[in-house]
Amino acid sequence: MKSAVLVFPGINRERDMARTLKLVSGVEPAMVWHAETELPAGTDLVVVPGGFSYGDYLRCGAIAARAPIMDAVRAHAERGGLVLGVCNGFQILCESGLLPGVLMRNSQLKFICRDVHLRVERSDTPFTRGYNAGQVIRVPVAHGEGNYVADENTIKAIEAEGRVIFRYCAADGSLAERSNINGAINAIAGIVNERGNVAGMMPHPENHVESIIGSTDGRGLFAGLVAQFQNAA
Amino acid sequence: MKARVTVTLKTGVLDPQGKAIEGALKSLGVAGVASVRQGKVFDIELDVADKGQAEQALKAAAEKLLANTVVENYRIEVL
Repeated sequence: MKSAVLVFPGINRERDMARTLKLVSGVEPAMVWHAETELPAGTDLVVVPGGFSYGDYLRCGAIAARAPIMDAVRAHAERGGLVLGVCNGFQILCESGLLPGVLMRNSQLKFICRDVHLRVERSDTPFTRGYNAGQVIRVPVAHGEGNYVADENTIKAIEAEGRVIFRYCAADGSLAERSNINGAINAIAGIVNERGNVAGMMPHPENHVESIIGSTDGRGLFAGLVAQFQNAA
Repeated sequence: MKARVTVTLKTGVLDPQGKAIEGALKSLGVAGVASVRQGKVFDIELDVADKGQAEQALKAAAEKLLANTVVENYRIEVL
């Protein structure tokens, strides 16, 4: 699997992401600067990492979403290429129109930095095939604006088409209001686009891939992506 | 030419920042505050003489970047 990690000014999770991609896929990802207009030839997966692009000025991800490289990412997605946005990357994908909706300020107004439980809603996407549907994983979050919002019709469509891939939940997988850390509609933590090749999520699976950290629950996402391309080859 | 673009949250969109400000105003004892919604103001200087052209540029600016029309409305004023 050849992956490309986008780098914008103010992004700070790109190295965690690159380390994880190297660890799980065995291939060093390309780091692609925002001012570039093309992705490296043969890119299978584009990852938009977390951080604070442009200092979160205007709205989170708003300025990065209009960077020159994003046209190449849009073309990659149109060709059916895979795109994964994590945290600020999710915000950037929403702002760029590649995913519906928007990430608003957490309902409790606090920056939340801790482990959360996620329920994997389906296992038949390239991003979740490393898990079982209904499985609960523990991964960290670190965000102030992760409250997923979209208009009523969009939410209806997303739910009807089964495009929610992760929800915030309790350790046993139940959806208590208390577990919905940021007030997101329907406890949505991650979604895919209509075609299923662009995914965005607020939590950081890339930070739970090594046992020395205490959890490897995030590894399934990357292992699943690698398996996707092994089967295709 | 000077212009102003005002961006506000659509009705019904939760505004926790506005709520926090509302709470602070109430705790300061400012009388008569029923509710607060927070928005953004952009003061823009335009390099054009024609008003229609200015409005066109402002609309493009608002649609392309200044407002996220999923959750926000915008208003354009040429001053």
